[in-house]
Amino acid sequence: MPEQLQFHYDVDGGNFTSAGQASVQVKNNLSQLGLDPAVIRRVSIAMYEGEINMVIHADGGSADILVEDGCITIILADKGPGIADVEQAMQDGFSTAPDNIRSLGFGAGMGLPNMKRYTDYMKIDSVVGEGTTITMKVNF
Amino acid sequence: MKVSELAATEGFRALALSDPSRQIKGCYIGDLLSWVMGRAQADNAWITIMSNVNVAAVASLADVACVIFAEGVQPDEQAQLAAQMRGLNLIATELPEYEAAVALSRLI
Repeated sequence: MPEQLQFHYDVDGGNFTSAGQASVQVKNNLSQLGLDPAVIRRVSIAMYEGEINMVIHADGGSADILVEDGCITIILADKGPGIADVEQAMQDGFSTAPDNIRSLGFGAGMGLPNMKRYTDYMKIDSVVGEGTTITMKVNF
Repeated sequence: MKVSELAATEGFRALALSDPSRQIKGCYIGDLLSWVMGRAQADNAWITIMSNVNVAAVASLADVACVIFAEGVQPDEQAQLAAQMRGLNLIATELPEYEAAVALSRLI
């Protein structure tokens, strides 16, 4: 594997039909690198949850994936409304998603908890009114 | 058991078999997508009544062996297309989710 690989994606806001395209692309790219499917699964689920959050809450954003020897870093950045109470948002089942989102099967309040569950490191930097940046790392 | 064997079982039918020789190991039932991503295991058969296009993304990322649409639910056209593009197996049944899981349990 080359020393370091980087992927960048722009995530469209409000588009639930294409939501997940970046995550599926990352999954394909990591598969081509021959990484362990269990690692790929963790990375792509964590990223998909973040991608969906940006589509639901922030009118889109960007995703950057950095693949290094032994570690994959995912950085999701948006200019959305920010998270007022990160601790509350991290609780299983807490959600501010509207009903139309819930009818699609999202908004169960499991997104952020899943991101933490599937990664080895997760940091949320959020400023209300300015946006949110989430950094996650998966070691392998 | 192979996904193709399930698809050939009475009460189940294939909607799309992109990877028919894939083995089913266990089962997860759920309609809330984040629950599925948080709890389903790779190679599970995923039984659901959710039928929109996001099911295809979740099935692909959670790496399930197949999606079983229960209660006669038909995935919409976009979902079928997305599933085929991602190499997923889609199966339909008229059975309710519990009955589908019981039938599957007897087979695997």
